[in-house]
Amino acid sequence: MELLNASKLNFKPDKSPTPRHRRKGTLFIFLFLLPALVLFLLFVVYPIFRSLYFSTFDWNGLGPATNNIGLGNYKKIFTDKVFLKSILNVFIIIILSLGLQLPLALILSVLVGRDLPGRNLFRTMFFLPYVISEVNTAIMWTLLFNANPDRGLLNAVVVLLGFNPIGWLADSKVVLMSVFFVLTWKYFGFHMLLFLTGIQNIPLELEEAARIDGANAFQNFFYITLPLLSKTIRTSVYMSVLGSIQQFTVIWVMTGGGPVNASETMATYMYRYGIVRHQLGYGSAVAIIMFLFCLIFSLLYRRLTRKPDYLTGL
Amino acid sequence: MKRIIRSSYSTKKALSRLFQYLVLIIATILIFVPIVILLFGSLKTTGQMYSEPYTIPNPPHWDNIISIITTSTFWNLMKNSIFVMIITTTVTVLISAMVSFVLARLRFRGKNFVFNLFTIGMMFPINVAILPVYLVLIQLDKLGFNLVDSLTGVIMVQIAFQLSGNIMILSSFFTSVPTEIQDSAYIDGCTNFDFFWRIMLPLVKPALAAVASLIVIASWNDLLVPLIVLRSNELWTLPLGTMQFQGQWSQDLALISAFVTLSAIPTVIFYFFAEKHIVSGITAGSVKG
Repeated sequence: MELLNASKLNFKPDKSPTPRHRRKGTLFIFLFLLPALVLFLLFVVYPIFRSLYFSTFDWNGLGPATNNIGLGNYKKIFTDKVFLKSILNVFIIIILSLGLQLPLALILSVLVGRDLPGRNLFRTMFFLPYVISEVNTAIMWTLLFNANPDRGLLNAVVVLLGFNPIGWLADSKVVLMSVFFVLTWKYFGFHMLLFLTGIQNIPLELEEAARIDGANAFQNFFYITLPLLSKTIRTSVYMSVLGSIQQFTVIWVMTGGGPVNASETMATYMYRYGIVRHQLGYGSAVAIIMFLFCLIFSLLYRRLTRKPDYLTGL
Repeated sequence: MKRIIRSSYSTKKALSRLFQYLVLIIATILIFVPIVILLFGSLKTTGQMYSEPYTIPNPPHWDNIISIITTSTFWNLMKNSIFVMIITTTVTVLISAMVSFVLARLRFRGKNFVFNLFTIGMMFPINVAILPVYLVLIQLDKLGFNLVDSLTGVIMVQIAFQLSGNIMILSSFFTSVPTEIQDSAYIDGCTNFDFFWRIMLPLVKPALAAVASLIVIASWNDLLVPLIVLRSNELWTLPLGTMQFQGQWSQDLALISAFVTLSAIPTVIFYFFAEKHIVSGITAGSVKG
């Protein structure tokens, strides 16, 4: 009603609202923000501060936390070989993802291109693993990784080719590669989807003009496709790194972080030492360290790309 | 001369097509190998799993499938997962849309602060937050809110960690609706609520469908939140139950295959129906500038 009157009087309602209208507007905004804000503050923001507080205690979650040990947990974490191993593993997964998984997705996307007949069918099939749950993915692959060549397909193939069977999940030197293989199976379709969309957004005229000028497929790829995909590639890199830092479910179900911590990541470490062993003070410190990893990476990414981007916040 | 160039161009094109299909088909086969082996396994006896693990089950052996779908355990997991998924998706879509609408369409003090606050969630994903969230859940539980070992706890945590991303996606859709629509709606006496409910929501329906499909998948596949929140097995969701089932029957490979197959079927069916929305949700979320 107020708005109607305001417009009759030739007021722009948005610019000079009556006090009553403004009050109503404020109430409306408050009520619309409230449910999301409450849940978000309670379960996302507040936990950060709560674990920051408890990370200074030696506390097993039973009874009140009384034994404040300052930075003791952090010192212990950074001298724990298993945690250092888990950081190393995360870095290995990041490097492998960026060095193998993304290029693979990129090559396959370029092969599908923009007008290959059956393009959408390939996209549908390559993306399917992303939709299958991590638990199901992990169990499915555990069956294939069975060390006994009579039971596990992969070793059957290895033996058929004349090699000795490999302890895919039992050999501490191999296990991380096996895990990475599964992660690639599951996630390369996601990156492919991003790349395919990016490729479709490249103006067709550019490629045609290059071809008329005599560019071959490789020149086309390196001088047109790649530079024009750079934004998509950046997004992909961001998602891939952040995803690697928090890798948990596939590894937990397949190996539990073993054998002998060989496939431990920061998230499985936090779950095992924090929640399973109920060392909540120590686990809080691990959570804070992981949070800092994500934060620092996000800020670095923002600094380096200098592009407004919703993923990183601004 | 012209003809020769044309034909050599088209042979080259045919060759390159052949190469493209060859590589892509090999990749497709590699993707489907584990899925097909799993499907085969689900129709075998464990004895067959050991004697002939990679062949087509002949004749198919339905006992494992039947024994799973005739017990209440499986259906109970299914029921819990469906319940959590429906509530999480509905509430997340609704309250993210409300926030996005306010952020994209109305002016108020502290707007940037609210927006920046929600972006924190992008840097604090659930897998990193799981122990901190656990701390808060036990604290709230001690204060008398029944959130540990309850599906409400799972739902609330899932919603909270879905908010950031979906608010960012929906905000950009709400922003793209032309301001003229808003002006004329208000001139016609529309209240904020009417404008949101009767004009904006219908206009961004495709975006809502995209966002909803992504939440359905995230909630349905989530292991970690149910893993820390739920204790009693009658509350377990499908991924949690599947993981426990594998732990319990780890020697019976055929039975596990059958269980995993059954628990993956709903996801795959959903994927084939909602693929368009899922794809547009992911591209809207990621390929932005």
